[in-house]
Amino acid sequence: MPEKRVVLKNCEVIDPRDIATHLDRDGFMALEKVRGITPEEVIEDVEASGLMGRGGAGFPCGVKWELARKAPGDEKFLICNADEGEVGTFKDRYILEHDPFTLIEGMAIAAYAIGAKKAYIYLRGEYHYLLDVLTSAVDQAKEKGFLEHLDMQVREGAGAYICGEESALMDSIEGKRGEARYRPPFPPTKGLWEKPTIINNVETLMNIPQIILNGAAWFNEMGTEKSKGTKVFSVSGDVERPGVYELVMGSELKEVVIDLAGAKNVKMVQVGGATGGVIPYAMIHTPLSYETVLGSGGITVFHEGRDIIDFVHRSMEFLAEESCGKCTPCREGTEVMVEILGRLTQGEGVQEDIQVLEELSNVMMLSSLCGLGQAAPIPVLDTLKYFRNEYENRIRQSVFLRTLRGIK
Amino acid sequence: MDSSSDHTASRERENLLAMLKAEQRKSGYLSEEFIAEMAKSLTIPISEVYGVATFYTFLSTKPLGRNVIRICKSLPCYLKNCQLIIESVEKELGITPGEASPDGRFSFELVNCIGACDKAPAMLVNNDVHGNLTPRKIAQILNSYK
Repeated sequence: MPEKRVVLKNCEVIDPRDIATHLDRDGFMALEKVRGITPEEVIEDVEASGLMGRGGAGFPCGVKWELARKAPGDEKFLICNADEGEVGTFKDRYILEHDPFTLIEGMAIAAYAIGAKKAYIYLRGEYHYLLDVLTSAVDQAKEKGFLEHLDMQVREGAGAYICGEESALMDSIEGKRGEARYRPPFPPTKGLWEKPTIINNVETLMNIPQIILNGAAWFNEMGTEKSKGTKVFSVSGDVERPGVYELVMGSELKEVVIDLAGAKNVKMVQVGGATGGVIPYAMIHTPLSYETVLGSGGITVFHEGRDIIDFVHRSMEFLAEESCGKCTPCREGTEVMVEILGRLTQGEGVQEDIQVLEELSNVMMLSSLCGLGQAAPIPVLDTLKYFRNEYENRIRQSVFLRTLRGIK
Repeated sequence: MDSSSDHTASRERENLLAMLKAEQRKSGYLSEEFIAEMAKSLTIPISEVYGVATFYTFLSTKPLGRNVIRICKSLPCYLKNCQLIIESVEKELGITPGEASPDGRFSFELVNCIGACDKAPAMLVNNDVHGNLTPRKIAQILNSYK
């Protein structure tokens, strides 16, 4: 299947600094349409479309909105998560750079549906250079009268991967350290300042206007049984044409990695960032969907010359640095893994290391507070599954060399 | 204190991160005095403000150079030899990551993914992103920051 531009339909077509060019392409028509129906009907549409969260977790969008809509209280919040920190992911940057207006329209519709009068866009500090285009787009939408009942503000992060995790993100907006919260309660009932809050990824919200305009059935026709619509992928690493590609859900990994991005001699692919699943070349025909692998849609490609243990070690170093430190399994677990993997890369591994890595992985997945610690072991377990011989060979060689030198 | 005033107090913190960022931009770091002042004005403990000031990568409690170089060391940049870029900056400025140049012109840090993986290897200088870096480009880029 070739590329299909739904979310990206305006990117590199309109002028992101001029709302008129957006209005020429049905801009804010969906918002007009929504004003004529009830919030409940909007939620029904989104639910029927089957749209699920595009940030990584994949929760059904309409169901989440309904929870917030029904939550008691007058004050509710909408947050757009533009804290795209997942390693190898830059699709939201591309969207914000090229089409901030559709995002704003999607947010206006979401706010109407859940009953929020205040909305935040939480932009990662690393993307400060996008602040101008984003605030100018919000101002233009305001001037045109599209945000009459909604106070929309941009909040900037200051460099913290964990703030892309929704509960840490809310703490950051509240002016605190961005640390994950214990759940329940979940944000749709108790979120920002303990008020009902919906947090949606940039790409999720980009889908909303077209679902409203073209109907749930149109959206529902694209994709697999459980994964509807398209997905925007960020492809980087050992490829000839790194970049952003949008494909219908269920497209094969091969299509995006080899056909579009031009990868050669692929050894493996990581899908979904630092905590994403690892796919060996033998499984390059794996469909990309919530049923298989997807995450945030970050795709990092590794050619045959790459060292598996070095890759896992580097991923774990990243996660250890970015762990917020609130819960022990993640804070300590990632550090212990860095230590073990570091020894393996330096030829100082011992036989027990593999077993310890597996046991520790299970503990972290079961007992970590948020997605970071729960998913941190995935690259370890996946590479142990598909490339176990590389671990075993490395340990065997290390033990042998030490024996030669008379070291145990 | 009833619950409503407690509630108001908690919302006054909303601008803390933005205020710390503004001070960081203005003074190049967050001094002990500034942190104490912020705590007083928001009526929260100094440790709370210090906790925020030390949590985020873009805030610093030690003086930084006028221009901050942040080279991405995450996997996509690592695969594109960011090590060569790091070495070029080290050679050009005579400092290693975590240090500032003696003339106060540059600080040099290694950071995690800056979302420019399609232009790897990449770096931020202040708020500008520079991608598809080669060792030869480094001197020219650094020269444009005074």
